Amino acid sequence: MNRDQQLLDYLLRLADSDLILTQHLGEWVGHGPVIEEDIALTNVGLDLLGQARMWFGYAGEIEARVTRRGRSEDEFAFLREASGFRNLLLVEQPNGDYAHTMARQFCFDAWHELLLAELSRSTDARIAGIAAKGWKEARYHVERSGDWVIRLGDGTEESHARMQAALDDLWMYTGEMFESDAIEVALAAEGVGCDPGTLAPAWRERVGAVLAEATLAMPPTAWMQSGGKRGVHTEHFGHLLAEMQSLPRAYPGAQW
Amino acid sequence: MVTDVIAEPIDPVLGAIWQRLAAIPDPEIPVISIVELGIVRKVAREGDAIIVTVTPTYSGCPATEMIASDIRRALAQSGETHYRVETQLAPAWTTDWIAPAARERLRAYGIAPPGERATQRVDVSGLRRRPTAAVACPRCGSSRTTELSRFGSTPCKAQYRCEDCREPFDYFKPH
Repeated sequence: MNRDQQLLDYLLRLADSDLILTQHLGEWVGHGPVIEEDIALTNVGLDLLGQARMWFGYAGEIEARVTRRGRSEDEFAFLREASGFRNLLLVEQPNGDYAHTMARQFCFDAWHELLLAELSRSTDARIAGIAAKGWKEARYHVERSGDWVIRLGDGTEESHARMQAALDDLWMYTGEMFESDAIEVALAAEGVGCDPGTLAPAWRERVGAVLAEATLAMPPTAWMQSGGKRGVHTEHFGHLLAEMQSLPRAYPGAQW
Repeated sequence: MVTDVIAEPIDPVLGAIWQRLAAIPDPEIPVISIVELGIVRKVAREGDAIIVTVTPTYSGCPATEMIASDIRRALAQSGETHYRVETQLAPAWTTDWIAPAARERLRAYGIAPPGERATQRVDVSGLRRRPTAAVACPRCGSSRTTELSRFGSTPCKAQYRCEDCREPFDYFKPH
């Protein structure tokens, strides 16, 4: 893999996690527990989709250098198979109840904000610009999702049990966020990307503080699943893609 | 920063374009213009083409494409034939760039203008312990207000309620 191929893969990781989480957040439209939450979830999704589009735009330009034809953002989103996606396994986990949705969001936001803060110092000006923009949005996201973890954890007996169950279910997908591979190590050495392993202590400290306030127990560190960055996904992913991609695949080139 | 750019009197054609852009309302908050919002970063000439550089408020703001087409229409109406709208991400837009006069118009329109931006670290200490700046009700001026939701009718706003006049209102979030 040459340098541009590495960068392309890296940009798709950033774009795909944003896109897939957006798709799940969009599933709440019309189903939120209250209208304010319905609006909030889709606004968070809107921020993430905007960030995904910027990452895809840059990825397409890099791909054009690798293969002479870079894909458009729609081609990336709608015409790749599951194995072509590089998103974290965490974000493809189903919405479940509201505790699952907010636990997934908080685990992601707490990581995403740290990552974007690092990438805003990238030596690649495009990456730094997109990350600096997204970072301002991610700050707001993590405060909001953290509030929900506390509100449900330190809420009723029922909400506490559900939030604890959500964390216990999702915990095995959090380890992947901090696993570095050769691409990340190489790009971090250049100052272009971030070695995600370096984010782990700050993430654990932040998540630990919120869980403590929420009267929740941090799940024990046990077996961690990984594979998203290599295109190896969980069983939920095929269903998500089928729904997300059905229209452009049934009506190629459709415009509205 | 915006006023600095407008103050450059060198080129009367560019000055006239700034005036035209200053008449384009924000599609979602029509009481302020896109220039007052601080998203028009530069108007420049490149050969015989006019380049207008804009920056988005939020990454996914759906008004961005409408604003670009409004700008193109204004340029065409000015008699320009060669023009481009370019997007610039860095430095990222901030509510600090909203013109002072526009803040008052926001308030009169029923939207509390943005307060000071938080520059410190992210605060995940929870709703009860996080210090919140008082947001004055744009209708009655009371500072006894409560945040109802961190997102309002657009990504750039939050929903509040005044505890004195009991009216709900939008707060333009400091960003």
